[in-house]
Amino acid sequence: MRTNLRARTVVIVATILICVFGIIDFPRSAADLVRNVKSNIHLGLDLKGGSHLVLQVQVQDAVKADADQTMERLQADLRKQGVTWASMDRNDPTRVEDADNVEIYIKGVPATQTSAFREMINDRYPTYVLTAQNSTDYSMRLKPSELVALKRDTVERTIQTISNRINELGLTEPSVQQYGRAGDQYQVLVQLPGVDDPARVKELIGTAAVLELTKVEDGPFPSREAALSQHGGVLPLNTKLAKAKPRGAQEGEEWYLVGKTPVITGREMRNARASQGDMRKWETNFTLSPDGGKRFGRFTEANIGNKLAVSLDNSLVSVAVIESKIEDSGRIEGLSSEDEAVDLSRYLRSGSLPAGVQYLEERSIGPSLGADSIHEGLVAGIAGLLAVVTVMLVYYKRSGVNAVLALVLNTVLLMAALSYFHAVLTLPGIAGVILTIGMAVDSNVLIFERIREELRSGKAVIAAVDTGFNKAWWTIVDTHVTTIVSCAFLFLFGEGPVRGFAVTLVIGLIANVFTAVFVSRTIFDYELSGHRRMEELSI
Amino acid sequence: MQLFKNTDFDFLGKKWPFIIASLVLTAAGFTSIGVKHGLKYGIDFKEGVLMTVKFAYAPPLDQIRAAMASSQKIKGEVSVQNFTGSGAENEVEIGTEAQEEGQLNVNRQDMQDVLNARWGQTGGKLDFNNSSQQALVERLRDPLARAGVAMSEPQLQKLVQDSLDFRDTPPRSGLVAKFSDLSSVPGINPGIMNTLQQECYLAPFHILKVEMVGPKVGAELRNKAVLATLYALAGMLAYIWFRFEWIYGLGAVIACFHDTLITIGLFSIFNKEISMTVIAALLTLVGYSMNDTIVIFDRIRENLKMSRREPLEKVMNRAVNQTLSRTVMTSGLTFLTVIALFIWGGPVLHGFSFALVCGIIVGTYSSVFIASPIVLFWHNYTDRRKRRPGPPLATAPRQETARKSPARAVR
Repeated sequence: MRTNLRARTVVIVATILICVFGIIDFPRSAADLVRNVKSNIHLGLDLKGGSHLVLQVQVQDAVKADADQTMERLQADLRKQGVTWASMDRNDPTRVEDADNVEIYIKGVPATQTSAFREMINDRYPTYVLTAQNSTDYSMRLKPSELVALKRDTVERTIQTISNRINELGLTEPSVQQYGRAGDQYQVLVQLPGVDDPARVKELIGTAAVLELTKVEDGPFPSREAALSQHGGVLPLNTKLAKAKPRGAQEGEEWYLVGKTPVITGREMRNARASQGDMRKWETNFTLSPDGGKRFGRFTEANIGNKLAVSLDNSLVSVAVIESKIEDSGRIEGLSSEDEAVDLSRYLRSGSLPAGVQYLEERSIGPSLGADSIHEGLVAGIAGLLAVVTVMLVYYKRSGVNAVLALVLNTVLLMAALSYFHAVLTLPGIAGVILTIGMAVDSNVLIFERIREELRSGKAVIAAVDTGFNKAWWTIVDTHVTTIVSCAFLFLFGEGPVRGFAVTLVIGLIANVFTAVFVSRTIFDYELSGHRRMEELSI
Repeated sequence: MQLFKNTDFDFLGKKWPFIIASLVLTAAGFTSIGVKHGLKYGIDFKEGVLMTVKFAYAPPLDQIRAAMASSQKIKGEVSVQNFTGSGAENEVEIGTEAQEEGQLNVNRQDMQDVLNARWGQTGGKLDFNNSSQQALVERLRDPLARAGVAMSEPQLQKLVQDSLDFRDTPPRSGLVAKFSDLSSVPGINPGIMNTLQQECYLAPFHILKVEMVGPKVGAELRNKAVLATLYALAGMLAYIWFRFEWIYGLGAVIACFHDTLITIGLFSIFNKEISMTVIAALLTLVGYSMNDTIVIFDRIRENLKMSRREPLEKVMNRAVNQTLSRTVMTSGLTFLTVIALFIWGGPVLHGFSFALVCGIIVGTYSSVFIASPIVLFWHNYTDRRKRRPGPPLATAPRQETARKSPARAVR
């Protein structure tokens, strides 16, 4: 019994220490303590203010863009093969749900050329399914598997692009993630703590940053005028002037004369990342789409030794010399630092959004409202808890101390679990905390009332405590398991607020079984262990 | 100190007045929903835009209405209402509804633009009262440098953050009335104050909150919340069935339904708004009610094991009496917490705590007067059936339940 008690005490003290550490770390001062608590307990946007945006990626845009590219290629191919056609166009669905219904219509292919036409489609357009409407008219649709892949890729690239742009804002803990059912809703959740100006964020997300890889015709020049005067005041045909983005400590401006039509646009940029190449020099590797790669191959082959500019929204972020033919994957070498390489890869990736976006939901909570709610919620919570503590102490005397300790420990455990799991405390989460505290009070009351009952029936103190705990135990199990079962369903089928409620409640209930039964029992045993023939219990 | 010692109240004998009271309350709620107020849905259920704006003075409702109505871009009706709740002062709620996301976005943006145009300042200054940290930092960086105030980037960020924190903490709560108030912010010196006044102005309003819920998301939020709750209730029913008997599970679930219905009815009677937070509160009260019911059921089961020859009604009465001081203590204590939340919790928690205040009262008596009578009715009914000779097929399975609950072997 004694060693058992000691072992239990060790378990309890260790748990308390781990929990307290989880909440406050090792504070060195009072200010440090407040700061640590703030950084360990993550408050939801509804409590601390911020923006919550749900947007839907208009995947039909990407499917239509694919159809457009295909039509362009098909026309070139048909011409090359000498196959004639009367008209070629596609339908124009505007809703996300209709993304799968994008169709290309090819009309008026002569019956004599049917086999040549079919053969070419089968050979060169394996991602499409050809359906004959009649002897001369056809329709083409993306294969279902291709559609799924294209849509998934579109959503992923949108998330990537939005993340890149939002990262430029330098916010703390922004989050951009897929939302809702992955397969058919194409929703993205953007959460921005501390941003109370969502218009600005929307602008940032919505602006299609135009990424272009263009040929450099001439430059650099120190100013626009210098560039113009070099060419007799008139720009050569199909060229434009672009200013280089200022870099670090560099003095003065740099202007380049670049081609008007880009070689590659953001749509064809698949991926880019920074890495270290030979001699540990920094470089940026990029990958292009197959079509873009072919075009880029032809262009670079013809332009070895010339310069190529990477421009984002008409401002040149990088200029490089073409050293060899590059097809679908290439690299830009000779970057001065890791930062430059990372920045460049980010620019390359952050090209235009592959599809438009539409906002389905927005919740922007001003920080003042958040601050007010926290303040008022805290005041109310503390007032409520004080009332509970007072009543418990008056009604149950010494044993009330027991219950209060268990209650405090329960709250500490709950907070520590939230901190360790990086869970976010939201308003519905607080609802869960309130229910937890209610059930924690209830567990203690149940046990105490049971002990009192046993005492009334004439049992000795130790026996009464023992029976009281044992009998209350099954009631506690039943109430807790029932609630945990319901939480499991809420978590599985609910979303957002409902889930937040379920998570905090489950954590709280588990903590409660530990505190109300295990810890409280240990304290009772500790009190009783001194005097085996205790006559009276303060309850 | 003990409130109740060995009480012997005939609770189940007095069930009818309570059941009737419950029915009356439920009917009153339904009548209010159907005839009088209907249900006042929050933005999560209504689909639309809701903007909560705090003014520096009593909000000029008519002027706001006129300004919104004169906008060309906003389609549909704009509702402008004084938002009076506990702790809310000079606040106004501006809302619109639209059936389609695109128009909602336009409306939302234009509502803000109209406010800026009507109560803001033109002339290119930044509105300090509605500015974000990033915008203010960018706005001040160059002018400060030009004015000869030497500041590193972290210093500037810190200064701006402190000023905005000052703006956002009560009693200002987002509205700074005059620039001189800012002089108590650490780090503000006359030079900075000067630049601030040159670059910024103080609008007499502050947008506290913007919520936009499009039809697609709204429908899903609702469906999921309702579905999850129904599944959760089914899950609880299954567990109680497993631990007790199916009729106990049904009784507990009906009691929870009863509590939820009455609370929703009270929301309509008092014309309070049902938001997503209120849904969280309803989930909480289902939890409370279930907890309460199970405690009593547990005691009934325990008593049944010991006294097999007593009528079920007596056994139940004893169980309720035995758990009476526990019920009063627990409900009283949780009620204390919730009432504190209701009084001091502020406008955000108002609907939430209102639901809990109602829920705890209703949830406590429903365990005694709704859940237990359902079990009692069922057992009395099957007892009567059993005494009548019936076909063997129908009695065979009931033989087994008879063993589980000996109450029906009585008399």
